[in-house]
Amino acid sequence: MSVRVQRDDFDAGLEIGRLSRERPDVGAVASFVGLVRGDAGGTAAMTLEHYPGMTERQLGAIEAEARTRWVLDDVTIIHRFGRLAVGDRIVLVAVAARHRGDAFAACEFLMDWLKTKAPFWKMEEGPDGPRWVDAKDSDDDRAKRW
Amino acid sequence: MKILYFAWLRSRIGIGEEDVTPPETVATVAALVEWLKERSPAHAGALGEGHLVRAAVNQDYAGPEHPVGQNDEVAFFPPVTGGTA
Repeated sequence: MSVRVQRDDFDAGLEIGRLSRERPDVGAVASFVGLVRGDAGGTAAMTLEHYPGMTERQLGAIEAEARTRWVLDDVTIIHRFGRLAVGDRIVLVAVAARHRGDAFAACEFLMDWLKTKAPFWKMEEGPDGPRWVDAKDSDDDRAKRW
Repeated sequence: MKILYFAWLRSRIGIGEEDVTPPETVATVAALVEWLKERSPAHAGALGEGHLVRAAVNQDYAGPEHPVGQNDEVAFFPPVTGGTA
């Protein structure tokens, strides 16, 4: 398993390839890539702040929880921080498993839980200057489904 | 005790980190918040937004009744907004 919190961009194709290389038992890799969405509010960029140390710890705990629920061969989670522009990649969750059911479910679970547990905060650069983004109740609701 | 502030708590208090030595009677997260609010009007203002402030003790989420001690790392921050979409 691999949990990385980094300023730099990542290559999703490379990461997905790594999960199944020389692993004949892997029959499915599901992945999710999150991007900075351009909103109607005119946000051109944002800065993601995080809590170094706690971020890695919480992502590791979420990954361990997924492994107790599904049969997984490997997991990669990469989350970026720092200044990101509209269209930039923010997060990758990729899951390798024997079967697609486990891979799909674990990938969505990891992403939903990451949003409510990983200590990241967004500051948007809008037309009126920088603004801290409030958390959404809908994210909590999505995580509670699990 | 090491105290960390993130996001708008850091902006409003004006520092990201401080070392403090509260008295032993300050034994929980809630008591620590009340004690920290005495440090400055900015502390009182930011930490006074109780319903919007979350805490972690030694990098795990902690509720108001969670114990705190001299060697702990205690962080205060708003609800998290990671990921995307």
